[in-house]
Amino acid sequence: MTLALEAAAAPEVPVAPATSARPAASGRPPVVLTALAALAAAAAAIPLVYLAVRGGGSGFERIVDTLTRGRVLEYAANSLGLAAAVTATTLVLGTAVAFTLSRLRVPFPRLWLLASALPLAVPSFLAGYGWLVLAPSTQGFVPSWLLLSAVTVPYVTLPVAAALRGASGDLEGVARTLGRGPLAAFWVATWPQVRPAAIAGGLLVALYALSDFGLVAMMRFPTLTWGINAAYSASFDRAQAAILALLLVVLALVVVVGERSARGRVPRAAPRAVASRSIGRGMLLSLLPVVAVAPVVGVAIPLLGLATRLVQAETLRALDVPRLLAAVGATLGVALAAAALAVALALPIAALAARHRGRLVSAIESVGFLGHALPGIVVGLSLVFFSLAVVPALYQSVAVLVFAYAVLFMPKAIGTMRSGLADVPASLVSVARTLGDSPLRAWWRVTVPLALPSVGIGALLVAIATMKELPATLLLRPTGIQTLATELWNRTVVFEFGAAAPYAAVLVIVAAVPAMVLSGIRSTAKEEL
Amino acid sequence: MHTARSLALLALPLAGILLAGCAATPADDGADAAFTLYSGRDEDLVQPLIDRFTAETGIVVDVRYGNTAEMGSLLLEEGEATPADVFLSQDAGALGALSAAGLFTTLPDEITGAVPAGYTSTDGSWVGLTGRARVVVYDGESLTADELPDTIDGYVTDEWRGRLGVAPSNASFQSFVTALRVLEGEDAAEGWVQALADNDPQIFESNIPVLTAVNDGALEAGLINHYYWFRQAAEVGPENMRAQLKFLQAGDAGSIVNVTGAGLLNGAADNAEALAFIEYLLSDAGQQYFVTETFEYPLVPGIPAPEGLPSLESLVNPQLDLADLASLSETQDLLARVGLI
Repeated sequence: MTLALEAAAAPEVPVAPATSARPAASGRPPVVLTALAALAAAAAAIPLVYLAVRGGGSGFERIVDTLTRGRVLEYAANSLGLAAAVTATTLVLGTAVAFTLSRLRVPFPRLWLLASALPLAVPSFLAGYGWLVLAPSTQGFVPSWLLLSAVTVPYVTLPVAAALRGASGDLEGVARTLGRGPLAAFWVATWPQVRPAAIAGGLLVALYALSDFGLVAMMRFPTLTWGINAAYSASFDRAQAAILALLLVVLALVVVVGERSARGRVPRAAPRAVASRSIGRGMLLSLLPVVAVAPVVGVAIPLLGLATRLVQAETLRALDVPRLLAAVGATLGVALAAAALAVALALPIAALAARHRGRLVSAIESVGFLGHALPGIVVGLSLVFFSLAVVPALYQSVAVLVFAYAVLFMPKAIGTMRSGLADVPASLVSVARTLGDSPLRAWWRVTVPLALPSVGIGALLVAIATMKELPATLLLRPTGIQTLATELWNRTVVFEFGAAAPYAAVLVIVAAVPAMVLSGIRSTAKEEL
Repeated sequence: MHTARSLALLALPLAGILLAGCAATPADDGADAAFTLYSGRDEDLVQPLIDRFTAETGIVVDVRYGNTAEMGSLLLEEGEATPADVFLSQDAGALGALSAAGLFTTLPDEITGAVPAGYTSTDGSWVGLTGRARVVVYDGESLTADELPDTIDGYVTDEWRGRLGVAPSNASFQSFVTALRVLEGEDAAEGWVQALADNDPQIFESNIPVLTAVNDGALEAGLINHYYWFRQAAEVGPENMRAQLKFLQAGDAGSIVNVTGAGLLNGAADNAEALAFIEYLLSDAGQQYFVTETFEYPLVPGIPAPEGLPSLESLVNPQLDLADLASLSETQDLLARVGLI
């Protein structure tokens, strides 16, 4: 995290008024950048093309039949309702937690922020399972909504906290002196500054909620992913699965378009550090539950449930340490490689979307996100299809596996990198240009160092998601390779969670490391106090 | 200074790629393996059997593990390009789908003839290996076996409103409904399924959560496959199991036996080692392994069922093809019509 802090502690920036922050926005995007971004979007579109081939080939009548059959539409409504509820909850909770930890004087703010990042490390099905151990009757919409919110809220908390540390707070002080209450002052002065970060995080949450299967299956809340899973596991009908997955893509499109219209523009002001405000003891005590709820619900209770099962197990098998270490090594290896590739793919899209607008830019960026609503099995099969058709020699190699992870998780990097790049003052780049730098050199000397923390955030989010990924891993890994997620799967097929607990614990611990690093990164340059 | 930091940040992922490359190079697999097995059953269960096979025959096997749904879809997607020679499946439906796609080669008669009709393919494209009986799992603390109905019809009465857990989207439940249709006719089957749907059933996504819910006291009874109970009992000790099993009356559709099985992919038609493996699965040693390790029914006649279980003959051996996809599709239409899926 010191890396990021160093990069973040850039010199104070003389900033031009808000409107001139994006001079390039009106100009046409550079051809090379657009081409690279289109190429990255094409990679992200592989699952969509696959679904069109598998589902579209079955004819209109079949599509209508599949969609109107049984409870499919009800399940689709459930998916959308769950995604909406979880997104709204995480936006409010994540922003509240981030504000509390960044702007109010609470004890151990760094420790709390770290705890706020930890739910990212817990696979959602594990959170569901842990809860069921302690409260076996838990089921339905409400637990799915609350639990999914708890495990996804870091996608909002972390970027908003980072944005708050970069945002200027004196505006809020001004609003307060002008007679606004604290909430109203936050609303007019601070919210506009963190809104893009919050909404980008909300988009990831919404897509995650749409694609989740493990948690809703545990909580017995039927969504569209139930239907997709049943199409593969009971009907063995790939066309049916593809049609249902395409419906999920349509829901994702609604979400992505919604995000684009809600995102708005960032009003830029001089990033200036803000002293945190003291609050009374009563206020502090009432805020504590808000800050603690996600780590408790999403991490502590599930782990307690797992530990309970471990204690109940009578036949504990000896832990094969070399095998465990090999799985840790493989997991770290593919996660780092996937993070690097995903960031490389997301970078041109983020750079394009940060500075340019227009239909083509919107289309490229949206395609980058759509596949993120798909369950891993769909993306995995699409990469089987693609690699056998295009690079059969690399089939079942690490290269294809890492590429699949990058396709799956690149959207996690696009949003943060886009706002990171957009926050780099164009005036600074102009200064470098007037000093004789070529555009590329100016980009390397000015934009890269300033935007690096956001690249780091994107990479870490991808790494964490990769560590937890299962279905695509099972489909695409070289035969014989084990990651922590596959090892955990080996032991949870029949719910032998006693045997699985050590692997679950190691997976959560390994994934917690990048999550902790994440909690320390700042998104933009600012003046140190 | 910033550049140095940036370079350091860039170097980290590159190191990751190298690490992935090293970690991911299978040290001992691949080169000397005689054939590749795609296993739709988990490693914990299958690998010890493979190890015994290798110890006895010297034949090395490359195994790819996954869920049956994943391995089945993977094989369909790979088609003729598959590196797999043998597919080991958790249920007949997946085998039927691969057979219908023309991916299996016909097995020799001495293999397919080893398993009685009703538990294996009708055309020799795959062979049944083990059986899993459909049973009622119930909460042993609030109910006794005597209080439970002996036939499936008894579980859709008013008395059972809201108390029965089922997994209607799961393949094993759907085979049971198919059996119901074959044994009792379409009208009777529709009547039962409708009665279930109207009786406020507790819907689960698969069998195991049903068992877990019963075992944790969150559900009174449910319909599952028998063998899950034994695997959980093996972990916590049978005496600590709150959930108990009840086998339904002999001949009742609720006591149908689902099968696991294996098929030989087209490309392996001449692979003697792959064939030897399928033969091994049907040998006394192979069948006995499943009996003692998974408490599944051996399908080869003459090998005793797991202790404490009713004999295979006392369960239904319906004259139906469990891998018949057309029939499966009709079952799913029926379930969709009454709103269970």
